[in-house]
Amino acid sequence: MSQTTRPNPLRDPMDRRLPRIAGPCALVMFGVTGDLATKKLMPAIYDLANRGLLPPGFALVGFARRDWATEDFAEVVHNAVKAHARTPFREEVWKQLSEGIRFVAGELDDDAAFDRLNQTIQELDEARGTGGNHAFYLSIPPGLFPTVIGQLRSHGMSESTTSSWSRVVIEKPFGHDLKSAQELNDVVSVAFPSSSVFRIDHYLGKETVQNLLALRFANQLFEPVWNNNYVDHVQITMAEDIGIGGRAGYFDGIGAARDVIQNHLLQLLALTAMEEPTSFEARQLRAEKQKVLAAARPPKRLDLHTARGRYVAAWAGGEKVGGYLDEPRIPPDSTTETYAAIRVDIDNRRWAGVPFYLRTGKRMPRRVTEIALGFKQAPHLPFSKTDTAELGYNALVLRIQPDEGVTLRFGAKVPGTQMEIREVNMDFAYGGSFTESSPEAYERLILDVLLGDPPLFPQHEEVELSWQILDPILDYWASLGTPPDDYEAGTWGPASADEMLARDGFAWRRP
Amino acid sequence: MIITLSDTNSATISSALLSARRSAGSPASGMVLTLIIVSDEDEYPAALDAAMAAGREHPSRILLVVTGDGRHSASLDAEVRIGEGTSGEVVVVRMRGPLTDHPASVIRPLLLPDSPVVVWWPGSVATTKIASTSLAELSNRRITDASASRQPRRELARRAEHLTPGDSDLAWTRLTPWRTLLAAALDQFPAHVTAATVEAERRNPSADLLAAWMEDRLRIPVRQTTSSGPGITAVRMTTAAGDIAITRPDGLLASYAVPGQPNRLVALKRRTTADLIAEELRRMDHDVVYEATLKAFLRRTADSRSANGSRRNAARSTVAASADGEVAEQTTAKRTAARKAPAKKTAAKKTAAKKTPAKQATTNKATTRKAPARKTAGTQTPAKKTAAKKTAKKTPKPPTGRKSAATKAVR
Repeated sequence: MSQTTRPNPLRDPMDRRLPRIAGPCALVMFGVTGDLATKKLMPAIYDLANRGLLPPGFALVGFARRDWATEDFAEVVHNAVKAHARTPFREEVWKQLSEGIRFVAGELDDDAAFDRLNQTIQELDEARGTGGNHAFYLSIPPGLFPTVIGQLRSHGMSESTTSSWSRVVIEKPFGHDLKSAQELNDVVSVAFPSSSVFRIDHYLGKETVQNLLALRFANQLFEPVWNNNYVDHVQITMAEDIGIGGRAGYFDGIGAARDVIQNHLLQLLALTAMEEPTSFEARQLRAEKQKVLAAARPPKRLDLHTARGRYVAAWAGGEKVGGYLDEPRIPPDSTTETYAAIRVDIDNRRWAGVPFYLRTGKRMPRRVTEIALGFKQAPHLPFSKTDTAELGYNALVLRIQPDEGVTLRFGAKVPGTQMEIREVNMDFAYGGSFTESSPEAYERLILDVLLGDPPLFPQHEEVELSWQILDPILDYWASLGTPPDDYEAGTWGPASADEMLARDGFAWRRP
Repeated sequence: MIITLSDTNSATISSALLSARRSAGSPASGMVLTLIIVSDEDEYPAALDAAMAAGREHPSRILLVVTGDGRHSASLDAEVRIGEGTSGEVVVVRMRGPLTDHPASVIRPLLLPDSPVVVWWPGSVATTKIASTSLAELSNRRITDASASRQPRRELARRAEHLTPGDSDLAWTRLTPWRTLLAAALDQFPAHVTAATVEAERRNPSADLLAAWMEDRLRIPVRQTTSSGPGITAVRMTTAAGDIAITRPDGLLASYAVPGQPNRLVALKRRTTADLIAEELRRMDHDVVYEATLKAFLRRTADSRSANGSRRNAARSTVAASADGEVAEQTTAKRTAARKAPAKKTAAKKTAAKKTPAKQATTNKATTRKAPARKTAGTQTPAKKTAAKKTAKKTPKPPTGRKSAATKAVR
């Protein structure tokens, strides 16, 4: 955005109807042929335009190793938008968008191609008035980051000036352990200052994750019980019903823990467990997340409080599916886990003694992500033992996806003459209570990149702290040299994971 | 599921709602507001469509109040619709006879506990009608649509004079994309604006509000010109470096021009009512910017009136009232003055206005307006005559607006 020397008279902080529109800018996308680009990014850009949140003069530049002209790329974007956009397709919005579409063909290590890219975005600065504001979206394997970032730097595209900005967007994984994460950060930070690096964790763009902050800090009701006086354990689950599908090449050797726990689940843990930030300014939010991640540590007994699994062929959801080793291009001696469960303890006053259980798995019975706080038993139950036989524990469940919402579980009397208490659910469904369909996470995140609004993007400190928690566990698993425990596809994970909780006197929730 | 209840009462409707929801299998209800939609028999089909659209977007309890003929004996019919393509509940409540004056008595027991109540007048049912005002008292938010009125500008002025916190008008909601774009233009090109013009089709209340908003925010007089539409067709802000211009000739795609930058296209589609209501229901608090804009709108009206007034006085003193229009305006002015005192106790201005065919000439104005006013006098209304007066004579901008004021007044 251009520097405003005097306040814009048409803006009024009280005017809540006016949304923020990003300033004129160009988004340069590397890896436009990937699934993410066509299924998520391009539709999200269209949806933003359709909601009137993209500036007039927004430009989208594709860069790929394809022999395409700009029209071919426009055609790809058009098809992607038609197939996957959330909002209805409208010709006039497409017209606005297509005016700014460009394509540059070339290899990532080809200097001439980057010269052409530089020329293209400079032309756009003239023709579309993007004013030197460029965001580079690296939707490519992390191994190629150094090449691209080196190229951007040597062709003078990474510099921000006082009147224009240059930002880089990278997707997970942010390394595969602490060391590689630091190396990646070194590579990126040579060209871009940390305030210009946007690490996308699309979970953080989800409305329900942001609602977690509203639930915790806008209400008086929950904060008093949000500590170890009342909570006795927390379960954070992210389950997928699909196998690894076409991601075999990427997934094998990485595994579920690196793929999901390091980023999504530890971020959710940080948001659940952090103290109240002094404000929702990015810096304050990060400070609190970093504090709680620094206080979190892996379990002392890695053999007792971690579990890993690998799905084997079975019937899942009415279909016969193969096991992990049957997937194409998976070596038979692979020890990669498709299910990981770990316990994390947080050493601070609020959470000492409350175990956080994190689990993730492929080929689970259904796709679900949730955070469940389990509360302690009431200190005294003035009922006979048989009255409360069916009473479990109170739970507050934040459903992140699908069916976003909040569930509160508590005991209620069963109608009848006897005093009999059973658990009931109180439900808040996001889709049921709010007027708008929630925007896709990527819409929010791309808009935030263009606005330069960073609260939802983890910085390298958070990434490194997460690796510090996970590294000992990964090292321990690697040291075992045995394959993970088997579980049947379409079930909730291996028996070892159930035993892990049973040791502490808990049981996994069935999400 | 549709349950039809004839000759019923609120308690029966309530229990029908409860049992319908139970049998639909979702006793827990995530509905966050009660939306009351006020219509009459003529407009009922359109209102039902609007209600169903609103219900799809917003899970709420929608009470569609249809007031029928007041001459029958009192009767109440209802139709409870659950799961009929809406995520909330829709109840059509039909009232006849003396009951039409007491809709609040029916509605009050049907409101969702503790959640906001929104009243929406989608068509031309007067907000000043006794039925409407009693419903308005129940509500936190009132949504009107000045453009559905036959005399939108007069309607706006009336709203401005009786603004209560929580009021808003779809004519204002329609402006959000324009305002967003204009604000973004000044973000990108932060120059001092020295003059501004709003170009729109005739009788477009949104254009009046946009001009008022810009005048209020930019602190410069804003000129209004007419075009063949649709809606607002262009806004120009003059700066030392040239014009910032947003032009939308087709109601779909706008061209956006900022000095020193290439022209660009931007989608600026006129939105559907469902979209507008979605925006309205997003916020339940008072829109202070709307209030400020309405005040600015009244100021604009008053400015043009006083400008006219001084000229009229001049005319009177020289006894040189040659032009017909001038004479007419003179009389109106006198009448306004005369009527000012008793104004408060007067009639349902708006209803009256609705029933009056569009004015043909300035000269008829006073009389035409007066006649229906007398007819409905005593029915009850907070409307003040003067409001309507002012609107009618409103001039876009004091120095240049003289001619267009005349055109506008004729409409």
